[in-house]
Amino acid sequence: MSFYLTDAEWAAIQLSLQVASLAIAIALPPAVLLGYALARWKFPGYTLVNALVHLPIVLPPVVTGYVLLVLFGRQGMLGSFFADVFGIVFAFRWTGAALAAGIMAFPMIIRPVKLSFELSDGQLEEAAHSLGTSRLKTFLLITLPLALPGILSGAILGFAKAMGEFGATITFVSNIPGETRTLSLALYTEMQSLSGDAGAIRLTVIAIVVSICALVFSEVISRRLSRKLGGQHD
Amino acid sequence: MIDVDISSRLGDFSLSAKFEVNSGITAIFGKSGAGKSSLIRMIAGLSAPDNGRIALGERVVFDRAASINVPIQQRGVGMVFQDSRLFPHMNVERNLLYSQWAAGRKSAVGLAEIAELLGISHLLKRRPHGLSGGEKQRVAIGRALLSNPQLLVLDEPLASLDASRKAEILPYLLKLKNEFGIPMLYVSHSLGEIEQLADTLVLLDAGSVVAHGPIAQMLSNLELPQLASGPDAGSLLFATLNTYDEQWQITEFGLEGQVLQLPGQLGTVGQDARIRIKAKDVALARKAPEEASVRNVLSVVIEGITETSGPYAEVDCRVGEQHLRARLTRHSVHELQLVAGQQVFALIKSVALDQ
Repeated sequence: MSFYLTDAEWAAIQLSLQVASLAIAIALPPAVLLGYALARWKFPGYTLVNALVHLPIVLPPVVTGYVLLVLFGRQGMLGSFFADVFGIVFAFRWTGAALAAGIMAFPMIIRPVKLSFELSDGQLEEAAHSLGTSRLKTFLLITLPLALPGILSGAILGFAKAMGEFGATITFVSNIPGETRTLSLALYTEMQSLSGDAGAIRLTVIAIVVSICALVFSEVISRRLSRKLGGQHD
Repeated sequence: MIDVDISSRLGDFSLSAKFEVNSGITAIFGKSGAGKSSLIRMIAGLSAPDNGRIALGERVVFDRAASINVPIQQRGVGMVFQDSRLFPHMNVERNLLYSQWAAGRKSAVGLAEIAELLGISHLLKRRPHGLSGGEKQRVAIGRALLSNPQLLVLDEPLASLDASRKAEILPYLLKLKNEFGIPMLYVSHSLGEIEQLADTLVLLDAGSVVAHGPIAQMLSNLELPQLASGPDAGSLLFATLNTYDEQWQITEFGLEGQVLQLPGQLGTVGQDARIRIKAKDVALARKAPEEASVRNVLSVVIEGITETSGPYAEVDCRVGEQHLRARLTRHSVHELQLVAGQQVFALIKSVALDQ
Protein backbone atom coordinates (compact mmCIF):
# COMPACT_ATOMS: atom_id res chain seq x y z
CA MET A 1 0.00 0.00 0.00
CA SER A 2 1.32 3.41 -0.93
CA PHE A 3 1.36 6.20 1.55
CA TYR A 4 1.42 8.76 -1.21
CA LEU A 5 -1.70 10.47 -2.38
CA THR A 6 -2.74 10.20 -5.99
CA ASP A 7 -3.32 13.36 -8.03
CA ALA A 8 -7.06 12.86 -7.77
CA GLU A 9 -6.83 12.63 -3.99
CA TRP A 10 -4.69 15.74 -3.84
CA ALA A 11 -7.22 17.53 -5.96
CA ALA A 12 -10.00 16.45 -3.60
CA ILE A 13 -8.09 17.72 -0.57
CA GLN A 14 -7.28 21.03 -2.24
CA LEU A 15 -10.89 21.38 -3.27
CA SER A 16 -12.02 20.62 0.27
CA LEU A 17 -9.74 23.35 1.63
CA GLN A 18 -11.05 25.79 -0.96
CA VAL A 19 -14.69 24.87 -0.30
CA ALA A 20 -14.27 25.04 3.48
CA SER A 21 -12.51 28.43 3.28
CA LEU A 22 -15.33 29.95 1.24
CA ALA A 23 -17.91 28.26 3.46
CA ILE A 24 -16.41 29.92 6.57
CA ALA A 25 -16.12 33.26 4.77
CA ILE A 26 -19.83 33.06 3.94
CA ALA A 27 -21.02 31.72 7.29
CA LEU A 28 -18.85 33.57 9.84
CA PRO A 29 -20.18 37.15 9.57
CA PRO A 30 -23.86 36.16 9.91
CA ALA A 31 -22.90 33.68 12.66
CA VAL A 32 -21.21 36.47 14.65
CA LEU A 33 -24.14 38.87 14.28
CA LEU A 34 -26.75 36.21 14.94
CA GLY A 35 -24.72 34.79 17.83
CA TYR A 36 -24.59 38.27 19.36
CA ALA A 37 -28.33 38.79 18.87
CA LEU A 38 -29.19 35.41 20.38
CA ALA A 39 -26.82 35.92 23.32
CA ARG A 40 -27.80 39.47 24.23
CA TRP A 41 -31.29 40.17 22.99
CA LYS A 42 -34.71 38.78 23.67
CA PHE A 43 -36.92 39.38 20.66
CA PRO A 44 -40.17 38.01 19.29
CA GLY A 45 -39.47 34.82 17.37
CA TYR A 46 -36.29 34.14 19.40
CA THR A 47 -37.13 30.47 19.81
CA LEU A 48 -37.91 30.07 16.13
CA VAL A 49 -34.65 31.71 15.02
CA ASN A 50 -32.70 29.66 17.54
CA ALA A 51 -34.34 26.48 16.24
CA LEU A 52 -33.68 27.40 12.59
CA VAL A 53 -30.01 28.03 13.32
CA HIS A 54 -29.59 24.61 14.85
CA LEU A 55 -31.81 22.83 12.32
CA PRO A 56 -28.93 21.52 10.14
CA ILE A 57 -27.73 19.43 13.10
CA VAL A 58 -30.93 17.42 13.40
CA LEU A 59 -32.24 17.56 9.85
CA PRO A 60 -31.09 14.67 7.61
CA PRO A 61 -28.34 16.21 5.47
CA VAL A 62 -30.04 14.90 2.36
CA VAL A 63 -33.05 17.05 3.24
CA THR A 64 -30.87 20.15 3.61
CA GLY A 65 -29.26 19.32 0.27
CA TYR A 66 -32.62 18.85 -1.40
CA VAL A 67 -33.96 22.13 -0.02
CA LEU A 68 -30.84 23.85 -1.35
CA LEU A 69 -31.37 22.22 -4.72
CA VAL A 70 -34.96 23.46 -4.83
CA LEU A 71 -34.04 27.00 -3.72
CA PHE A 72 -30.62 27.46 -5.35
CA GLY A 73 -30.92 25.23 -8.40
CA ARG A 74 -30.90 26.87 -11.85
CA GLN A 75 -34.68 27.13 -11.80
CA GLY A 76 -34.90 27.80 -8.07
CA MET A 77 -36.14 31.13 -6.75
CA LEU A 78 -32.83 32.19 -5.19
CA GLY A 79 -30.71 30.32 -7.72
CA SER A 80 -32.11 32.24 -10.68
CA PHE A 81 -31.88 35.49 -8.72
CA PHE A 82 -28.17 35.02 -7.96
CA ALA A 83 -27.48 33.90 -11.53
CA ASP A 84 -29.29 36.85 -13.09
CA VAL A 85 -28.22 39.60 -10.74
CA PHE A 86 -24.70 38.61 -9.68
CA GLY A 87 -23.84 35.95 -12.25
CA ILE A 88 -23.18 33.47 -9.44
CA VAL A 89 -24.23 29.91 -10.09
CA PHE A 90 -24.38 27.40 -7.24
CA ALA A 91 -25.85 24.28 -8.79
CA PHE A 92 -23.22 21.62 -9.53
CA ARG A 93 -20.38 24.11 -8.86
CA TRP A 94 -17.82 24.23 -6.10
CA THR A 95 -19.46 27.46 -4.88
CA GLY A 96 -22.59 25.37 -4.28
CA ALA A 97 -20.51 22.91 -2.28
CA ALA A 98 -19.27 25.85 -0.20
CA LEU A 99 -22.83 27.06 0.34
CA ALA A 100 -23.94 23.61 1.48
CA ALA A 101 -20.89 23.23 3.73
CA GLY A 102 -21.40 26.72 5.19
CA ILE A 103 -24.99 25.97 6.09
CA MET A 104 -24.14 22.60 7.59
CA ALA A 105 -21.28 24.17 9.56
CA PHE A 106 -23.36 27.13 10.76
CA PRO A 107 -24.54 25.54 14.05
CA MET A 108 -20.97 24.50 14.84
CA ILE A 109 -19.76 28.06 14.33
CA ILE A 110 -22.51 29.85 16.16
CA ARG A 111 -22.39 27.77 19.33
CA PRO A 112 -19.01 28.97 20.73
CA VAL A 113 -19.64 32.46 19.31
CA LYS A 114 -22.91 32.74 21.17
CA LEU A 115 -21.31 31.30 24.31
CA SER A 116 -18.54 33.88 24.31
CA PHE A 117 -21.02 36.73 23.91
CA GLU A 118 -23.01 35.27 26.81
CA LEU A 119 -19.95 35.14 29.07
CA SER A 120 -19.87 38.91 29.39
CA ASP A 121 -23.28 40.30 30.19
CA GLY A 122 -22.98 43.81 28.82
CA GLN A 123 -21.44 45.41 31.92
CA LEU A 124 -18.19 46.30 30.21
CA GLU A 125 -20.21 47.83 27.41
CA GLU A 126 -22.01 50.02 29.94
CA ALA A 127 -18.67 51.22 31.23
CA ALA A 128 -17.54 51.94 27.66
CA HIS A 129 -20.71 53.90 26.94
CA SER A 130 -20.18 55.98 30.07
CA LEU A 131 -16.67 56.74 28.81
CA GLY A 132 -18.16 58.10 25.59
CA THR A 133 -17.97 55.43 22.88
CA SER A 134 -20.99 54.82 20.66
CA ARG A 135 -22.73 51.45 20.47
CA LEU A 136 -20.97 50.50 17.24
CA LYS A 137 -17.55 51.58 18.45
CA THR A 138 -18.08 49.79 21.76
CA PHE A 139 -19.00 46.63 19.86
CA LEU A 140 -15.83 46.87 17.77
CA LEU A 141 -13.47 47.84 20.62
CA ILE A 142 -14.84 45.86 23.54
CA THR A 143 -17.43 43.24 22.63
CA LEU A 144 -15.82 41.80 19.51
CA PRO A 145 -12.21 41.52 20.78
CA LEU A 146 -13.43 39.80 23.94
CA ALA A 147 -15.46 37.35 21.87
CA LEU A 148 -12.56 36.70 19.51
CA PRO A 149 -11.46 33.40 21.06
CA GLY A 150 -15.02 32.11 20.75
CA ILE A 151 -15.24 33.32 17.18
CA LEU A 152 -11.93 31.66 16.30
CA SER A 153 -12.96 28.47 18.01
CA GLY A 154 -16.24 28.48 16.07
CA ALA A 155 -14.43 29.15 12.82
CA ILE A 156 -12.06 26.23 13.38
CA LEU A 157 -14.80 23.75 14.27
CA GLY A 158 -16.88 25.04 11.36
CA PHE A 159 -13.92 24.69 9.01
CA ALA A 160 -13.43 21.06 10.01
CA LYS A 161 -17.11 20.37 9.62
CA ALA A 162 -17.19 22.10 6.24
CA MET A 163 -14.16 20.15 5.01
CA GLY A 164 -15.85 16.85 5.66
CA GLU A 165 -19.42 17.68 4.68
CA PHE A 166 -20.99 14.89 2.66
CA GLY A 167 -24.77 14.45 2.57
CA ALA A 168 -25.97 17.91 1.70
CA THR A 169 -23.10 18.40 -0.73
CA ILE A 170 -23.65 15.28 -2.80
CA THR A 171 -27.40 15.92 -2.93
CA PHE A 172 -27.05 19.57 -3.95
CA VAL A 173 -24.02 19.65 -6.25
CA SER A 174 -23.45 15.97 -7.04
CA ASN A 175 -20.02 14.29 -7.22
CA ILE A 176 -18.12 15.93 -10.05
CA PRO A 177 -14.33 15.31 -10.11
CA GLY A 178 -12.38 18.58 -9.86
CA GLU A 179 -15.53 20.63 -9.26
CA THR A 180 -17.49 19.21 -6.33
CA ARG A 181 -15.63 16.04 -5.36
CA THR A 182 -14.36 17.05 -1.94
CA LEU A 183 -12.51 14.81 0.52
CA SER A 184 -15.58 12.96 1.78
CA LEU A 185 -16.95 12.51 -1.69
CA ALA A 186 -13.59 11.22 -2.95
CA LEU A 187 -13.48 8.78 -0.05
CA TYR A 188 -16.98 7.59 -0.90
CA THR A 189 -15.98 7.18 -4.54
CA GLU A 190 -12.89 5.14 -3.64
CA MET A 191 -14.99 2.92 -1.41
CA GLN A 192 -17.26 2.20 -4.38
CA SER A 193 -14.37 1.14 -6.62
CA LEU A 194 -12.82 -2.34 -6.38
CA SER A 195 -9.25 -1.10 -6.01
CA GLY A 196 -9.91 1.89 -3.78
CA ASP A 197 -9.07 0.50 -0.32
CA ALA A 198 -5.64 2.10 -0.05
CA GLY A 199 -6.96 5.49 -1.18
CA ALA A 200 -9.90 5.23 1.20
CA ILE A 201 -7.55 4.57 4.12
CA ARG A 202 -5.28 7.49 3.17
CA LEU A 203 -8.22 9.87 3.00
CA THR A 204 -9.66 8.50 6.22
CA VAL A 205 -6.42 9.19 8.04
CA ILE A 206 -6.36 12.74 6.71
CA ALA A 207 -9.98 13.31 7.74
CA ILE A 208 -9.24 12.05 11.26
CA VAL A 209 -6.11 14.21 11.58
CA VAL A 210 -7.95 17.33 10.41
CA SER A 211 -10.80 16.70 12.85
CA ILE A 212 -8.54 16.05 15.84
CA CYS A 213 -6.45 19.15 15.10
CA ALA A 214 -9.60 21.24 14.88
CA LEU A 215 -10.94 19.92 18.19
CA VAL A 216 -7.63 20.46 19.99
CA PHE A 217 -7.16 23.97 18.60
CA SER A 218 -10.68 24.92 19.45
CA GLU A 219 -10.33 23.51 22.98
CA VAL A 220 -7.07 25.37 23.58
CA ILE A 221 -8.62 28.61 22.39
CA SER A 222 -11.76 28.29 24.49
CA ARG A 223 -9.64 27.53 27.55
CA ARG A 224 -7.71 30.73 26.91
CA LEU A 225 -11.04 32.50 26.61
CA SER A 226 -12.34 31.40 29.99
CA ARG A 227 -9.03 32.27 31.64
CA LYS A 228 -9.04 35.71 30.12
CA LEU A 229 -12.62 36.50 31.02
CA GLY A 230 -12.30 34.85 34.42
CA GLY A 231 -9.90 37.58 35.48
CA GLN A 232 -12.40 40.34 35.04
CA HIS A 233 -14.92 39.49 37.72
CA ASP A 234 -12.88 38.96 40.87
CA MET B 1 -25.93 71.24 41.44
CA ILE B 2 -27.91 68.09 40.79
CA ASP B 3 -31.65 68.44 40.56
CA VAL B 4 -33.64 65.22 40.38
CA ASP B 5 -37.39 64.73 40.27
CA ILE B 6 -38.28 61.37 38.78
CA SER B 7 -40.59 58.44 39.15
CA SER B 8 -40.48 55.05 37.58
CA ARG B 9 -41.96 51.58 37.85
CA LEU B 10 -39.58 48.66 37.61
CA GLY B 11 -41.71 45.54 37.77
CA ASP B 12 -43.13 45.32 41.27
CA PHE B 13 -40.84 48.04 42.50
CA SER B 14 -41.59 51.70 42.17
CA LEU B 15 -38.99 54.38 42.50
CA SER B 16 -39.70 58.01 43.13
CA ALA B 17 -37.03 60.50 43.97
CA LYS B 18 -37.08 64.23 44.37
CA PHE B 19 -34.08 66.08 45.72
CA GLU B 20 -31.55 68.69 44.84
CA VAL B 21 -28.01 68.79 46.12
CA ASN B 22 -25.10 71.14 45.67
CA SER B 23 -21.60 70.18 44.67
CA GLY B 24 -19.26 68.31 46.96
CA ILE B 25 -19.88 64.69 47.79
CA THR B 26 -23.48 63.58 47.98
CA ALA B 27 -24.05 60.19 49.51
CA ILE B 28 -27.02 58.13 48.46
CA PHE B 29 -27.66 55.90 51.40
CA GLY B 30 -30.11 53.08 51.88
CA LYS B 31 -30.40 49.37 52.51
CA SER B 32 -29.88 46.85 49.72
CA GLY B 33 -32.91 46.94 47.47
CA ALA B 34 -33.82 50.51 48.43
CA GLY B 35 -33.37 51.56 44.81
CA LYS B 36 -29.98 53.26 45.05
CA SER B 37 -28.52 51.66 41.96
CA SER B 38 -31.68 52.17 39.91
CA LEU B 39 -31.63 55.83 40.85
CA ILE B 40 -28.05 56.48 39.84
CA ARG B 41 -28.41 54.46 36.66
CA MET B 42 -31.13 56.89 35.67
CA ILE B 43 -29.01 59.90 36.58
CA ALA B 44 -26.08 58.52 34.59
CA GLY B 45 -28.27 57.70 31.60
CA LEU B 46 -27.93 53.92 31.73
CA SER B 47 -31.70 53.72 31.95
CA ALA B 48 -34.56 56.16 31.62
CA PRO B 49 -37.22 56.85 34.25
CA ASP B 50 -40.90 56.75 33.26
CA ASN B 51 -41.48 60.34 34.27
CA GLY B 52 -39.76 63.44 35.54
CA ARG B 53 -36.71 65.56 35.02
CA ILE B 54 -32.99 65.42 35.79
CA ALA B 55 -30.68 68.43 35.59
CA LEU B 56 -26.93 68.44 36.13
CA GLY B 57 -25.96 72.01 36.82
CA GLU B 58 -27.63 74.18 34.20
CA ARG B 59 -28.01 71.28 31.81
CA VAL B 60 -31.26 69.34 31.60
CA VAL B 61 -30.23 65.81 30.70
CA PHE B 62 -33.64 64.22 31.02
CA ASP B 63 -37.11 65.65 30.76
CA ARG B 64 -39.97 63.34 29.87
CA ALA B 65 -42.39 66.20 29.21
CA ALA B 66 -39.95 67.92 26.84
CA SER B 67 -38.76 64.59 25.34
CA ILE B 68 -35.18 65.24 26.37
CA ASN B 69 -33.02 62.20 27.04
CA VAL B 70 -29.32 62.92 26.59
CA PRO B 71 -27.58 59.61 25.84
CA ILE B 72 -25.02 58.40 28.34
CA GLN B 73 -22.18 59.14 25.90
CA GLN B 74 -23.00 62.85 26.08
CA ARG B 75 -24.04 63.23 29.71
CA GLY B 76 -20.53 63.76 30.98
CA VAL B 77 -21.08 61.45 33.93
CA GLY B 78 -18.10 59.35 34.98
CA MET B 79 -19.11 55.99 36.44
CA VAL B 80 -17.23 53.86 38.92
CA PHE B 81 -18.89 50.49 39.42
CA GLN B 82 -18.64 48.14 42.37
CA ASP B 83 -16.90 45.54 40.21
CA SER B 84 -14.51 48.05 38.58
CA ARG B 85 -15.33 46.80 35.05
CA LEU B 86 -11.88 47.35 33.62
CA PHE B 87 -11.43 46.14 30.06
CA PRO B 88 -9.49 42.88 30.46
CA HIS B 89 -7.89 42.97 27.02
CA MET B 90 -6.20 46.33 27.56
CA ASN B 91 -3.44 47.30 29.94
CA VAL B 92 -4.00 49.82 32.72
CA GLU B 93 -2.79 52.76 30.65
CA ARG B 94 -5.10 51.90 27.72
CA ASN B 95 -7.95 51.57 30.21
CA LEU B 96 -7.18 54.90 31.83
CA LEU B 97 -7.00 56.70 28.51
CA TYR B 98 -9.91 54.83 26.88
CA SER B 99 -12.21 57.84 26.70
CA GLN B 100 -9.44 59.84 25.07
CA TRP B 101 -8.25 57.47 22.33
CA ALA B 102 -11.62 55.81 21.71
CA ALA B 103 -14.07 58.65 22.23
CA GLY B 104 -11.87 61.69 21.61
CA ARG B 105 -12.46 63.24 25.02
CA LYS B 106 -10.04 65.83 26.29
CA SER B 107 -9.16 65.99 29.94
CA ALA B 108 -7.92 69.01 31.84
CA VAL B 109 -5.82 66.79 34.07
CA GLY B 110 -3.20 64.53 32.60
CA LEU B 111 -2.59 60.83 32.94
CA ALA B 112 0.57 61.33 34.96
CA GLU B 113 -1.15 63.58 37.47
CA ILE B 114 -4.10 61.22 37.99
CA ALA B 115 -1.89 58.15 38.17
CA GLU B 116 0.30 59.89 40.75
CA LEU B 117 -2.67 61.00 42.82
CA LEU B 118 -4.20 57.52 42.84
CA GLY B 119 -0.88 55.76 43.41
CA ILE B 120 -1.13 53.66 40.24
CA SER B 121 1.83 55.02 38.26
CA HIS B 122 3.72 51.75 38.65
CA LEU B 123 0.80 49.72 37.26
CA LEU B 124 0.40 51.39 33.87
CA LYS B 125 1.76 48.51 31.79
CA ARG B 126 -0.02 45.78 33.75
CA ARG B 127 -3.17 43.94 32.70
CA PRO B 128 -6.22 44.32 34.95
CA HIS B 129 -6.45 40.64 35.93
CA GLY B 130 -3.18 40.82 37.82
CA LEU B 131 -4.28 43.70 40.05
CA SER B 132 -5.68 43.56 43.57
CA GLY B 133 -9.26 44.65 44.19
CA GLY B 134 -8.14 47.97 45.61
CA GLU B 135 -5.82 48.66 42.69
CA LYS B 136 -8.57 47.85 40.21
CA GLN B 137 -10.91 50.30 41.89
CA ARG B 138 -8.27 53.03 41.84
CA VAL B 139 -7.74 52.44 38.11
CA ALA B 140 -11.51 52.55 37.58
CA ILE B 141 -11.69 55.87 39.42
CA GLY B 142 -8.82 57.23 37.35
CA ARG B 143 -10.43 56.06 34.13
CA ALA B 144 -13.67 57.83 35.00
CA LEU B 145 -11.81 61.02 35.99
CA LEU B 146 -9.83 61.09 32.75
CA SER B 147 -13.08 61.10 30.75
CA ASN B 148 -13.47 64.70 31.89
CA PRO B 149 -16.77 64.21 33.70
CA GLN B 150 -18.89 66.97 35.17
CA LEU B 151 -20.19 64.53 37.74
CA LEU B 152 -18.59 61.42 39.14
CA VAL B 153 -20.96 58.63 40.14
CA LEU B 154 -19.57 55.92 42.39
CA ASP B 155 -21.83 52.89 42.84
CA GLU B 156 -20.75 51.16 46.05
CA PRO B 157 -17.11 51.41 44.99
CA LEU B 158 -15.83 49.80 48.18
CA ALA B 159 -18.53 47.19 48.76
CA SER B 160 -16.59 44.30 47.30
CA LEU B 161 -13.36 45.12 49.14
CA ASP B 162 -12.26 43.93 52.55
CA ALA B 163 -11.75 46.37 55.42
CA SER B 164 -8.06 47.03 54.82
CA ARG B 165 -8.60 47.64 51.10
CA LYS B 166 -11.39 50.04 51.96
CA ALA B 167 -9.09 51.95 54.24
CA GLU B 168 -6.63 52.05 51.35
CA ILE B 169 -9.09 53.73 48.97
CA LEU B 170 -10.86 56.24 51.20
CA PRO B 171 -7.94 58.68 51.44
CA TYR B 172 -7.78 58.81 47.63
CA LEU B 173 -11.43 59.72 47.43
CA LEU B 174 -10.86 62.50 49.95
CA LYS B 175 -7.94 63.75 47.89
CA LEU B 176 -10.13 63.83 44.80
CA LYS B 177 -12.71 65.84 46.60
CA ASN B 178 -10.19 68.33 47.93
CA GLU B 179 -8.00 68.66 44.83
CA PHE B 180 -10.49 68.53 41.98
CA GLY B 181 -13.67 69.73 43.59
CA ILE B 182 -15.57 67.52 41.19
CA PRO B 183 -19.14 66.83 42.33
CA MET B 184 -19.65 63.21 43.29
CA LEU B 185 -22.62 60.97 43.91
CA TYR B 186 -21.52 58.26 46.26
CA VAL B 187 -23.80 55.27 46.67
CA SER B 188 -23.29 53.19 49.75
CA HIS B 189 -24.99 51.14 52.41
CA SER B 190 -22.12 51.77 54.81
CA LEU B 191 -22.69 54.67 57.14
CA GLY B 192 -19.03 54.61 58.14
CA GLU B 193 -17.84 55.46 54.62
CA ILE B 194 -20.45 58.15 54.25
CA GLU B 195 -19.54 59.85 57.53
CA GLN B 196 -15.99 60.15 56.35
CA LEU B 197 -16.73 61.45 52.90
CA ALA B 198 -20.09 63.00 52.33
CA ASP B 199 -21.19 66.60 52.63
CA THR B 200 -24.80 65.86 51.83
CA LEU B 201 -26.85 62.76 52.37
CA VAL B 202 -29.84 61.50 50.43
CA LEU B 203 -31.67 58.81 52.35
CA LEU B 204 -33.49 56.27 50.23
CA ASP B 205 -35.89 53.72 51.60
CA ALA B 206 -38.10 51.28 49.65
CA GLY B 207 -37.81 53.27 46.47
CA SER B 208 -38.39 56.77 47.72
CA VAL B 209 -36.29 59.59 49.11
CA VAL B 210 -37.13 59.85 52.80
CA ALA B 211 -34.98 62.88 53.53
CA HIS B 212 -31.96 64.74 52.26
CA GLY B 213 -29.72 67.40 53.75
CA PRO B 214 -26.31 68.21 55.22
CA ILE B 215 -24.62 65.13 56.62
CA ALA B 216 -24.24 66.16 60.29
CA GLN B 217 -27.83 67.33 60.47
CA MET B 218 -29.13 64.14 58.90
CA LEU B 219 -27.09 61.94 61.24
CA SER B 220 -28.46 63.63 64.32
CA ASN B 221 -32.07 63.70 63.16
CA LEU B 222 -33.88 61.33 65.50
CA GLU B 223 -36.79 61.13 63.09
CA LEU B 224 -34.55 59.15 60.77
CA PRO B 225 -34.09 55.86 62.61
CA GLN B 226 -32.17 54.45 59.64
CA LEU B 227 -29.37 56.87 60.48
CA ALA B 228 -29.79 57.95 64.05
CA SER B 229 -30.63 54.80 66.00
CA GLY B 230 -28.56 51.77 66.85
CA PRO B 231 -25.82 51.33 69.44
CA ASP B 232 -23.23 53.26 67.45
CA ALA B 233 -25.41 56.24 66.59
CA GLY B 234 -23.92 59.57 67.40
CA SER B 235 -22.82 62.92 66.07
CA LEU B 236 -20.47 64.11 63.42
CA LEU B 237 -18.56 67.25 64.32
CA PHE B 238 -16.38 69.41 62.12
CA ALA B 239 -13.22 70.61 63.86
CA THR B 240 -9.82 72.06 63.03
CA LEU B 241 -6.49 70.66 64.16
CA ASN B 242 -4.93 73.25 66.51
CA THR B 243 -1.73 71.83 67.89
CA TYR B 244 0.16 68.66 68.56
CA ASP B 245 1.80 68.16 71.94
CA GLU B 246 5.02 66.22 71.45
CA GLN B 247 5.59 65.44 75.10
CA TRP B 248 2.26 63.80 75.81
CA GLN B 249 1.54 62.88 72.23
CA ILE B 250 -1.83 64.55 72.24
CA THR B 251 -3.47 66.27 69.28
CA GLU B 252 -5.69 69.20 70.10
CA PHE B 253 -8.66 70.15 67.95
CA GLY B 254 -10.63 73.37 67.99
CA LEU B 255 -14.38 72.98 67.96
CA GLU B 256 -16.59 76.06 68.05
CA GLY B 257 -14.10 77.88 70.28
CA GLN B 258 -13.67 74.92 72.60
CA VAL B 259 -11.07 72.20 72.66
CA LEU B 260 -11.03 68.43 72.10
CA GLN B 261 -7.97 66.30 72.76
CA LEU B 262 -7.22 63.05 71.03
CA PRO B 263 -4.29 60.74 71.71
CA GLY B 264 -1.68 60.35 68.97
CA GLN B 265 -0.46 62.54 66.16
CA LEU B 266 -3.42 62.92 63.87
CA GLY B 267 -2.48 65.17 60.99
CA THR B 268 -1.08 68.60 60.38
CA VAL B 269 -1.89 71.89 62.04
CA GLY B 270 -4.71 73.82 60.41
CA GLN B 271 -6.22 70.72 58.82
CA ASP B 272 -9.99 70.20 58.84
CA ALA B 273 -11.16 67.08 60.56
CA ARG B 274 -14.35 65.13 61.04
CA ILE B 275 -14.83 63.87 64.52
CA ARG B 276 -17.34 61.20 65.33
CA ILE B 277 -18.69 60.85 68.83
CA LYS B 278 -21.03 58.03 69.76
CA ALA B 279 -24.07 59.12 71.74
CA LYS B 280 -23.41 56.40 74.33
CA ASP B 281 -19.90 57.81 74.96
CA VAL B 282 -21.23 61.20 76.09
CA ALA B 283 -22.19 61.88 79.69
CA LEU B 284 -23.71 65.12 80.96
CA ALA B 285 -22.93 67.00 84.16
CA ARG B 286 -24.46 70.12 85.63
CA LYS B 287 -21.09 71.32 86.92
CA ALA B 288 -17.70 71.10 85.27
CA PRO B 289 -15.99 68.08 86.82
CA GLU B 290 -12.78 68.62 88.76
CA GLU B 291 -9.92 66.18 89.09
CA ALA B 292 -11.44 63.75 86.62
CA SER B 293 -9.65 61.57 84.09
CA VAL B 294 -12.03 62.58 81.33
CA ARG B 295 -10.12 65.21 79.38
CA ASN B 296 -12.78 66.28 76.95
CA VAL B 297 -15.38 68.47 78.54
CA LEU B 298 -17.49 70.75 76.38
CA SER B 299 -19.85 73.41 77.49
CA VAL B 300 -23.13 72.75 75.69
CA VAL B 301 -26.74 73.88 75.70
CA ILE B 302 -29.54 71.31 75.72
CA GLU B 303 -31.75 71.73 72.67
CA GLY B 304 -34.17 68.93 73.28
CA ILE B 305 -34.68 65.62 75.04
CA THR B 306 -36.33 62.65 73.37
CA GLU B 307 -37.33 59.81 75.62
CA THR B 308 -37.55 56.43 73.98
CA SER B 309 -39.88 53.63 74.98
CA GLY B 310 -36.93 51.82 76.56
CA PRO B 311 -34.69 52.91 79.41
CA TYR B 312 -32.87 55.54 77.38
CA ALA B 313 -33.30 59.17 76.46
CA GLU B 314 -31.55 60.96 73.59
CA VAL B 315 -30.36 64.42 74.55
CA ASP B 316 -29.65 66.82 71.72
CA CYS B 317 -27.02 69.38 72.74
CA ARG B 318 -25.72 72.37 70.86
CA VAL B 319 -22.00 73.24 70.74
CA GLY B 320 -21.89 76.62 69.01
CA GLU B 321 -23.51 75.90 65.64
CA GLN B 322 -23.07 72.13 65.80
CA HIS B 323 -24.96 69.34 67.47
CA LEU B 324 -23.77 66.70 69.90
CA ARG B 325 -25.96 63.84 71.00
CA ALA B 326 -25.86 62.15 74.35
CA ARG B 327 -27.59 58.91 75.24
CA LEU B 328 -28.46 58.80 78.93
CA THR B 329 -30.87 56.68 80.90
CA ARG B 330 -34.25 58.27 81.46
CA HIS B 331 -33.51 57.85 85.13
CA SER B 332 -30.43 60.14 84.93
CA VAL B 333 -32.33 62.75 82.97
CA HIS B 334 -34.94 62.74 85.67
CA GLU B 335 -32.46 62.85 88.57
CA LEU B 336 -30.37 65.65 87.07
CA GLN B 337 -33.55 67.50 86.18
CA LEU B 338 -32.31 68.19 82.68
CA VAL B 339 -34.51 70.42 80.55
CA ALA B 340 -34.21 72.14 77.19
CA GLY B 341 -32.36 75.46 77.22
CA GLN B 342 -30.14 74.45 80.12
CA GLN B 343 -26.39 74.96 79.96
CA VAL B 344 -24.53 71.78 80.97
CA PHE B 345 -21.17 70.07 80.47
CA ALA B 346 -20.70 67.17 78.11
CA LEU B 347 -18.09 64.65 79.26
CA ILE B 348 -16.79 62.72 76.31
CA LYS B 349 -15.24 59.38 77.11
CA SER B 350 -14.04 58.45 73.71
CA VAL B 351 -13.56 60.35 70.51
CA ALA B 352 -12.97 58.88 67.12
CA LEU B 353 -11.41 60.78 64.31
CA ASP B 354 -13.13 60.13 61.02
CA GLN B 355 -10.83 62.08 58.83
